[in-house]
Amino acid sequence: MTDKLLEIDHLTVRFKGARTVHAINDLSLSLGPGETLALLGESGSGKSVTLKALLRLLPPKRTEIEGDIRVGGTDILRLSGRSLQRYRGGDVSMVFQEPALALDPVYTVGAQIAETVMRHKGVSRSEAMEVALDMLKRVKIPSPERRLQNYPHELSGGMRQRVMIALALACRPRLLLADEPTTALDATVQIQILLLLRELQKEFGMGVIFVTHDIGVAVEISERIAVMYAGQIVEEGTTREIIKDPRHPYTRGLLAANLHDVARGERLAAIPGAPPALETRPASCSFAPRCALAGPDCRAGLPPVVTPAPRRRVACLRADEAVPAE
Amino acid sequence: MALTETLEPVQTPEARKGYWAGVAQRLARDPVSMLCLAVVAALILAAIFAPYLGLADPYKGSMIARLKPIGTPGHLLGTDEQGRDMLARLIHGGRLTLFIGLMPVVFAFFIGSALGVVAGYVGGRLNTIIMRVVDVFFAFPSVLLAIAISGALGAGIVNSLVSLTIVFVPPITRVAEAVTSGVRSLDYIDAARATGASALTVIRVHVIGNVLSPIFVYATSLTSVCMILAAGLSFLGIGVRPPEPEWGLMLNTLRSAIYVNPWLSALPGVMIFVTSLCLNLLSDGVRSAMNVRD
Amino acid sequence: MSATELYDRLPDRGGPGQPLLTVRGLRKYFPIRGGILGRTRAMVQAVDGVSFEVRKGETLGIVGESGCGKSTTARLAVGLIERDEGDIIFDGDALGDTLSLRELRRGIQMVFQDSYASLNPRLTIEESVAFGARVQGLSDPMGRAHGLLARVGLDPARFAQRYPHELSGGQRQRVNIARALAMSPRLVVLDEAVSALDKSVEAQVLNLLSDLRAEFGLTYIFISHDLNVVRYISDRVLVMYLGEVVEVAPVDAIWARQAHPYTRSLFSAMPSMDPDNRTEEPPLTGDPPNPIDPPEGCRFHTRCPFAATLCGRKVPKLRKIGADGHLAACHLHDPASGHPKAGKIA
Repeated sequence: MTDKLLEIDHLTVRFKGARTVHAINDLSLSLGPGETLALLGESGSGKSVTLKALLRLLPPKRTEIEGDIRVGGTDILRLSGRSLQRYRGGDVSMVFQEPALALDPVYTVGAQIAETVMRHKGVSRSEAMEVALDMLKRVKIPSPERRLQNYPHELSGGMRQRVMIALALACRPRLLLADEPTTALDATVQIQILLLLRELQKEFGMGVIFVTHDIGVAVEISERIAVMYAGQIVEEGTTREIIKDPRHPYTRGLLAANLHDVARGERLAAIPGAPPALETRPASCSFAPRCALAGPDCRAGLPPVVTPAPRRRVACLRADEAVPAE
Repeated sequence: MALTETLEPVQTPEARKGYWAGVAQRLARDPVSMLCLAVVAALILAAIFAPYLGLADPYKGSMIARLKPIGTPGHLLGTDEQGRDMLARLIHGGRLTLFIGLMPVVFAFFIGSALGVVAGYVGGRLNTIIMRVVDVFFAFPSVLLAIAISGALGAGIVNSLVSLTIVFVPPITRVAEAVTSGVRSLDYIDAARATGASALTVIRVHVIGNVLSPIFVYATSLTSVCMILAAGLSFLGIGVRPPEPEWGLMLNTLRSAIYVNPWLSALPGVMIFVTSLCLNLLSDGVRSAMNVRD
Repeated sequence: MSATELYDRLPDRGGPGQPLLTVRGLRKYFPIRGGILGRTRAMVQAVDGVSFEVRKGETLGIVGESGCGKSTTARLAVGLIERDEGDIIFDGDALGDTLSLRELRRGIQMVFQDSYASLNPRLTIEESVAFGARVQGLSDPMGRAHGLLARVGLDPARFAQRYPHELSGGQRQRVNIARALAMSPRLVVLDEAVSALDKSVEAQVLNLLSDLRAEFGLTYIFISHDLNVVRYISDRVLVMYLGEVVEVAPVDAIWARQAHPYTRSLFSAMPSMDPDNRTEEPPLTGDPPNPIDPPEGCRFHTRCPFAATLCGRKVPKLRKIGADGHLAACHLHDPASGHPKAGKIA
């Protein structure tokens, strides 16, 4: 039908409860096979909710989902029962921020990986153990034969995250979802995991969606970046375009706030205020209240999506204006 | 740039009310809790005002009117093995039963909280000493411990209160210690200590308010157990002494009538069952009302 | 209230030349207890022989990875945990000698990483801010609290009566800063104080911290794992590894030249921010070792690309390796150490 690995069309996610939260508002996104996309955003921007929607992990009772999610042409929102199980962990798998919480403490890492392989590939336990060993080698865990017998708590944070990646890749998914997998790690360990993921992505040829709040991490891992704010994608492009030629005022603010190459003592061009609470569905630009460039037209309605180049988009009325002189 | 930037309020102003008001409101929305609260409140009120309810004399028996069935004119709930009015005895019995059933938990709540908060906050050797002593008591099943202490002290209301209080201090101390050492490790305690405040001030201002509600919830869950234990002691003859009306004791004395009039002899048991069930459900309701964090 | 009324500053004693805080040979081992009798089974060597100075009016950045002892050092300096050994000297007065713990706490305050855990959930924020001033018997604690809340950008009329859960993370961290300032300290220890905030909010709080430093003449110890932030806010940087100081230098000097191999690895581990020039080789392999049983000799030798046999035996001393007070603890920079490459690597 299409050559896209993933297509999200007009996705809307609302959480019902004491207060309604409009977590995702009309989000569209596509990913080709073997592409690596970073979803960049701050807390509450909806980046993790997007990942959970992709894996159908949101609590169905409290969540209203509209729109369309297709992975390899299959409508994900319609999956149920066995096909949903096959999809999760088979076609698509996920790496979490806290491997200590995501791994089961009562099974050895070998048993956990083997179990997943057996369930999805229907192979024998000994074959599955072979796969587990091979995976531990691929994620470069020293003395992998011995580590197969270890319990998660016996491993260091970096090793646990490697195991988590081995587990996620054991069934050769076409799409890997990574939710801030390096945030809890130390700097010298973080860069090892990022480089490992980059290498494995090339080797396995899978598509990757990498959620992060750290622009530096996004640059290291991804070919493309989508910047999220208030449940919407405000800007998307190749990593080079986003870093070298940011168009949305929010993206510019985020780049400035990263403090890369800011002179000491110089006053920071901070974005004032805080993100909106999302209790109502945005009817105008969500960033306008914090934006230095905003005018009455920005508060009148939703901003148009400008596409300055193929697969590049900016949701801003002022996208074409020159960067204001500081 | 001005420092007083417009900062978005995260929560709407109507959310601004006291913590306990919120708990009460959530509790009021739970029909089961409200029903249980009504039952418990009715029992307590009836017990308190028993002498003014125009009931028959609970001590005055009659050799003729013994073991009258439920529904007998003049004796709505019948009479017991000595011909005393059951309704009067059940309501008057509530006074002692509820008193012995609830007060030990109240005493234990204060003693256990004090011990647990001190152990949890100070830590170190003092903690080890307090908690090891508590563990010794904790090693015995509560029923056994209550019987042993009551047996040693002898029957009587005061002795029952003492023995049941001793039974409930250790579990409350344990919970208080656990909750307090959790709070103790939070940064706001360190921030308060960094102001140079004394340990007592830090405990008073920053610890008590944050540990009391979980300890309180735990203590309420003990009331139903305490009720049953208190009645049990009286049933075994090491609690309240006859002829005082008390549900456990009444259950014992009516035991022999079980073949003659089973419904009648079950009445004190029903009271114990209903009260402890309501206390238990109510405590569950309070727990969930307090856990919610908007 | 004017700034002077808000601030009951302790008088300067030793003059500008005397460091505000001097820490010498600080050591803290945490016992790991086991069994019913609570016998010590092992020791976490959290801080081992740490010495440094904080000059009046400067910001000293402390960087390092988890388990390096930077937070423990901060808590020791504020007197929140008891040191096993070492001197803490505040403006010439040694703690336990001419300075009581209570006096030290007047002079040094701390802001923690977790903005939520560092506020009592049952107190309104004005109560939290006024608490310290009340304890110390300063005049008009509530007026002071309101003045400081206004100063950190929270209008008292709107915010003073709120509870912590009714504020955003950035707002809570402003409250924590106001609370620290209510004690009128001379030194504020910021322990990862902006790390948990979103980037856009972090910049606001950094601006606030710069303003407050200028206005109240504060000295900061700024602990962070984010090198960009440390570079922006600090005058000097101290690098820690497994409970020891491995390098100290002015910010510009260390950005120009990282003398210790660990510092160099830490700097190369920073994401590049240049899509055309991404990191290709991880500077280090493996995780930092466990501080329960740190390596003998130089603690970094197990991961160091330049390690020689000597490094596993002899502990390198922190020594001067350049002008402007650039210090490093590495045998490479000691020509007399006997390291085969000593003096040959820049």
